[in-house]
Amino acid sequence: MDTASTREYAGKKILELGATNPDLCVVGADLNKSTFTNLFAEKYPDRFFDVGIAEQNMVNIAAGLAASGKIPIVSTFAVFGSTRPMDQLRVGVAQSNLNVKVILTHAGLITGEDGISAQSLEDISLFLSLHSFSVLVPSDAYEAQAAVELAVNTPGPFYIRLSRPETPVLNHENIQLQQGGSNVMVNGSNISIFACGYMVYHAIEAAKILKERHGISARVVNIYSLNPIDESIIIKCAKESQFILTAEEHFKYGGLHSLISQIVAQNNPVKVLSVSMNTYAESGTSDELINKYGLNFNSIVEKVLANLS
Amino acid sequence: MNINEINELAKNIRIDILTMTSNANSGHPGGSLSSADILAVLYGNILKYDSKNPKWEDRDRFILSKAHACPVLYAALAENGYFDTSELLTFRKLNSRLQGHSHIKTPGVEMSGGSLGQGLSFGVGVALSARLDEKNYKTYVLLGDGELNEGQNWEAIMTAKKYELGNLVAIVDKNGIQNDRFTHEVMDLNPLPEKWKSFGWECFEVDGHDTESLIQVFQSVNFENPIPKVIIADTIKGKGVSFMENNPDFHGKAANPEQLKQAIAEINNQ
Repeated sequence: MDTASTREYAGKKILELGATNPDLCVVGADLNKSTFTNLFAEKYPDRFFDVGIAEQNMVNIAAGLAASGKIPIVSTFAVFGSTRPMDQLRVGVAQSNLNVKVILTHAGLITGEDGISAQSLEDISLFLSLHSFSVLVPSDAYEAQAAVELAVNTPGPFYIRLSRPETPVLNHENIQLQQGGSNVMVNGSNISIFACGYMVYHAIEAAKILKERHGISARVVNIYSLNPIDESIIIKCAKESQFILTAEEHFKYGGLHSLISQIVAQNNPVKVLSVSMNTYAESGTSDELINKYGLNFNSIVEKVLANLS
Repeated sequence: MNINEINELAKNIRIDILTMTSNANSGHPGGSLSSADILAVLYGNILKYDSKNPKWEDRDRFILSKAHACPVLYAALAENGYFDTSELLTFRKLNSRLQGHSHIKTPGVEMSGGSLGQGLSFGVGVALSARLDEKNYKTYVLLGDGELNEGQNWEAIMTAKKYELGNLVAIVDKNGIQNDRFTHEVMDLNPLPEKWKSFGWECFEVDGHDTESLIQVFQSVNFENPIPKVIIADTIKGKGVSFMENNPDFHGKAANPEQLKQAIAEINNQ
């Protein structure tokens, strides 16, 4: 299977949009090579600001740019761009509903060897708690590009969550995303799996195994937009499925599982299972970590089989 | 405005501050009163603005980073036609535009505040926008001295120097008192001018209650010089009201009705 880097493709898209959108700016914090915003910086040095290792400053500078009609992108690692400037994101961006695009890379467990301080497992919860933020979790490099395009072309604050390693390519290169949209990646009738980001790949693989080895028909929904969220597909799946399983590279509380459970509970209660993180991890390769902590297709298959009646 | 009109404006701003905080039975009169002469000079003589068109794109930007002192901003805005002075009595009330800390949706308010340390970074972003758009507007950011405890200010101070933001003016309302105690007891900032200078800023010092000196210092700023400027204004917390002056108790407490009468009488006699 082909793989590609969500952060690299997003960086190329930011560069591309810079050509047609003179208001697009980037504010970085000394990780611009890693986030690939250095591509924009080299082409448009007047619209690129490196504030050094100062994420709080970065966010409020972006707010000031946005309040003056610019479309600023702030970009750093997910651990540094979420928890550290949370106050600035809350008061400076969310409460003011300013047009700031927060594009954070190296999210989730698969960031790997740098260990638990670098593995962002809280960011989805944090950005969902910022009332006015749209939250997008692309499943592959092409969706990452589409997410950047959607965010830049839509007024208001956005969070886009990207990964460090290359991840499997699941979509065609012209994929378009919509606020509150979702994509059914695999049709199925017995159960439904909701996944976002890298876990969409594992959900698809799990659905194949369930079908081929166990004769179970699992629908896979790529729920890339978490705020706003496609409630209709969730309610439809709740009505048509024996149970729902959510898969996310994030802590169980405050993320996808919490979100889907709320909607299911209010509309058509069925069991909602979770494949997610429940502890801080450790250093290791991406594959070692997802296998040890059960964030993979095997875990999804096992959980489905254990709960089918 | 001439100097007499500015002094009259400062007086009215002080009475508004006292009246609205007392009416709300809460708010921050001390740090509002210490900034009153600064805002009277800015809105009376220095800033370019159109109160009937608050979003005029060429307006100078005044950013209140010490947003708990919003009574002084609301008063300056109302006294200069952004909205009716009668609206000041809705301060901190349900359904009012005048929240307890200033918010960007209120006409004339450039930034949402309430968490200290964010305004100078925001001002850097605004000043960078002016440069990108080739606009001549100036960006003024009012900071509290206690607020400078927040490390983010010093990140912004370095950034403004790096990007040679000659169109950015920080003003420190150096009233010497923060929430709990005197600033030199909580976290001594002295020598403050040397700190700013060592970060590469041009530093001016002025008596923050001498309106003529304030006008002179604001008018002396050379915006062609591509380094950011800071005006350290020595002020007195609670200035103008005898029992509030230099009294930490009135950082975040309003006058009761009896005290309000006395305070207004004192202001009117000055």
